[in-house]
Amino acid sequence: MKRIDIDHAEGRSRRIDTPGHHPEREAQPRGAIRRGKRPIDHAEAAERFLAAPDHLAFHDQRLWDLRQKRDREAFAIPEWEELRDLASSIKDYALANLDTLLEEFERNAQANGITVHWARDGAEHNRIVVEIMRRHDAPLLVKSKSMLTEECGFRDHMQEQGLAVIETDLGERIQQLDNEDPSHVVVPAVHKLRADVAAVFAKTLGTDPDNHDPAYLAEQQRESNRPLILGAGVGMTGANFLVAETGTVVVCTNEGNADLSANVPPVHIVSAGIEKIIPRAGDLGVFIRLLSRSALGSPITQYTSHFRGPRLGAEMHVILVDNGRSARLGMQQFRSALKCIRCGACMNTCPVYRRSGGLSYGATYAGPIGLIIDPTIDQRKYSALPYASTLNGSCTAVCPVKIDIHQQIHAWRGIMAEQKEPSRTKRTAMKAAALLLAHPSAYRVAVRTVGTVLPHMPRFAVYNPLNAWGRGREVPNAPRRTFHDWYKANRT
Amino acid sequence: MRIGLFIPCFIDTFYPDVGIATLELLERLGLDVAYPFDQTCCGQPMGNSGFTAECHAVERLFVENFAGFDAIVCPSASCTNQVRNKFSVDDEAGRLVRGKTYELVEFLHDVIGLDRLPRAEFPYQVTLHNSCTALRALDHEPAPEMNLPFHSKPRALLATVEGLTIVETDRAGECCGFGGTYSVTEEAVSARMGLDKVTRQQNTGAAYVVSADMSCLMHQQGCAARAGIDLNYLHIAQILNGYRP
Amino acid sequence: MSARDAILAAVRGNKPSQAVPRPDVPFFDRLADDALVDEFRRRLEQMGGRWLDPGPAEEPLAPARARIAQAGIVCSNVARLPGTRTLAAGDAPALLHDVDLAVVRAAFGIAETGSVAFSERELVVNTIGYLAQHLLVMLDPADIVGNLHHAYARPEMHAGHYLVFQTGPSATADIEGVLIHGAQGVRSLTVMLVARTIA
Repeated sequence: MKRIDIDHAEGRSRRIDTPGHHPEREAQPRGAIRRGKRPIDHAEAAERFLAAPDHLAFHDQRLWDLRQKRDREAFAIPEWEELRDLASSIKDYALANLDTLLEEFERNAQANGITVHWARDGAEHNRIVVEIMRRHDAPLLVKSKSMLTEECGFRDHMQEQGLAVIETDLGERIQQLDNEDPSHVVVPAVHKLRADVAAVFAKTLGTDPDNHDPAYLAEQQRESNRPLILGAGVGMTGANFLVAETGTVVVCTNEGNADLSANVPPVHIVSAGIEKIIPRAGDLGVFIRLLSRSALGSPITQYTSHFRGPRLGAEMHVILVDNGRSARLGMQQFRSALKCIRCGACMNTCPVYRRSGGLSYGATYAGPIGLIIDPTIDQRKYSALPYASTLNGSCTAVCPVKIDIHQQIHAWRGIMAEQKEPSRTKRTAMKAAALLLAHPSAYRVAVRTVGTVLPHMPRFAVYNPLNAWGRGREVPNAPRRTFHDWYKANRT
Repeated sequence: MRIGLFIPCFIDTFYPDVGIATLELLERLGLDVAYPFDQTCCGQPMGNSGFTAECHAVERLFVENFAGFDAIVCPSASCTNQVRNKFSVDDEAGRLVRGKTYELVEFLHDVIGLDRLPRAEFPYQVTLHNSCTALRALDHEPAPEMNLPFHSKPRALLATVEGLTIVETDRAGECCGFGGTYSVTEEAVSARMGLDKVTRQQNTGAAYVVSADMSCLMHQQGCAARAGIDLNYLHIAQILNGYRP
Repeated sequence: MSARDAILAAVRGNKPSQAVPRPDVPFFDRLADDALVDEFRRRLEQMGGRWLDPGPAEEPLAPARARIAQAGIVCSNVARLPGTRTLAAGDAPALLHDVDLAVVRAAFGIAETGSVAFSERELVVNTIGYLAQHLLVMLDPADIVGNLHHAYARPEMHAGHYLVFQTGPSATADIEGVLIHGAQGVRSLTVMLVARTIA
């Protein structure tokens, strides 16, 4: 295997040497602590990520690098913004006609020899797969990366059923072997450094623990996976798009692992969310032009594969999964999140995500898009996530299908406030601040009197104890008098 | 034209000089400017956290204070955005006030015109910080993520200042981490973003950071001071009003 | 109620009530016909693909033959470039696991992305494009379309069961962003422009 140093779109990232060589390997920060239904504390997990300087520096720089590549590709296309508009309107059309388009897809797929299944939720999806595997007496399934199967808790379920599942995407395989969720929808192991991967592979694949060379590690994974792919009874892929007009399933990968998973075993199962539907084959031009440019800054993924029916002598199944999507369709304010094509651009650009790591969100979907999808899955558990954002809007501006992500994050805060999710302290402080700010004379008294406690700190603007501001920053100097008083003295 | 001057709460308390510079600048343009005494705040701290219902009385007070003016000018993009785009008061008086509220840079650039700006001199290198609201909600410049023709209202204003040169901060369009209440709900990430921002500002070699948003600068100044980074933070109104160190 | 009926009923009940127009997608033609080959090559190489110049007019296939001669097991679907193994539709996909070099003609190419397109007609057995270590592709310059909009207007989209756009070799940057070719599929992909009439 050759390591390429020449110019290449996706991998133009140079190796990033982390500042300050640490002879002792820095431990990989782990994700958010999950305690049943208790709200995920993103801030706590983020602090642990920030405390790992090598991981932090690499993670931030690697994803910023992807954002810059995305800019270069996007700015090279004069019709870029027009493509975003088109993608957004095609998705609007697809959502407004989702029922008939799903039926059209089903009809056309069946006509081509595909078996179409429907699953209300993850459990139903998992049951369908188990049934197919049992029917074929297949103990082993190889699969390409799919966020939907993460939603469905697919691997855990299969393990309980005594069936083996092997991830074929390198990043996803690393995560599987480390028993960790993907931290990013496109680059699942981006929060790991090479030494972390070497440690995981040494433990699970028996590789040389002292060899951290990515080329060596990737080659070991290729060689260990290949016999499994050749021997698997069932192959599974996700779907980036489902074309109603032609009954086509479109899958995009850079490794070609979806094509291996689909084309080697005698059975191909596609797990697809019902929102993946687009009306026509001609619409694909818009989405494929946007997808990889937004995700990785490459003009296209190395493999863009269109499955329209089973291979000669093979079977093909498509499982159309709802798992909360039809309910989300009814949430007018948050419906447009269903337009997401899982490019990860909002994660790459998000300054909070880059500094906290995808696992700090403690949910299937991390980053800005996660902040608006996760609460639809479990409002209580993800009640703090909408606050893990500065509302800077960069996510909205990069989104290829123009989801108003930061507006929805803010809208979720409104719902959390209505549902009394924020702490009683915060709610009381907000009410007190609101009362004060609505009464000018009381407000003026407050502004003057706080000065004796902590020089002019605007408690009305900062509901938390002051040390939250002062832990990492200096408090501004308090001038002798306010503008208000100056104006009174000088202009009246 | 009768101008109502809206001085956001934190500028009133911590940065009176910015309020004074804004007022003086508008006065030097020959405008009739008044500061309504009963103003408090735009309600952003509550609104930003989702407590919209709690904002109603504050918004009502704002509308009462500023209803009589031809234009309301505010030296803060995020406060202007709150009034214009986030207020929930939607009766006629409310709509009227919201529609007449301008952020200082856009007021000078779009309503007054560059040729009327008073003479100012600032023979130093500065680096420009555009707030996220200025970029992505008020169109000071096109959002850096979008493939749109470039324009810049703050740069056009600063170009009239003699001797001033702008040097570019790496990742200029990245949020500095203030984010209103975010600065305390996730203080660790917020402060880290601020540290990264001020480090990149320091790397430009400029001694001054200028912005139309004092709230970002309050945060950045705090981060720079903690890190021992020697940078001076100025509001654009101060420079345009002829501030000299 | 079946899962199908339940999902469709929920979708019907929750979908937006206003009609939304279906937008038409233009072709966004930006490249002149004579610029297609250059753009194709630029993008192919950017994406890690290799370019092989054809031989002189009297022997255009010579460079491909040289490549084939160097390889061990060669599986070719191009009649004028025979390998050591021939494929028949229906052959077991895993049979290709030991192939060093596969030789295939592309259905068409896409200049915008440097991609080559194969359907099951060109591949015969789909895994030839993935299990082989290296891939050598013949592409007729007349078969290069400008961009993806044109690619999706091709008749191949509406015929057959499989169509893939391959752009350079199998690649990954999943470990510290370091680019590695040959992640799972072919380690290299080489394109030679040769008219269909020649091979």
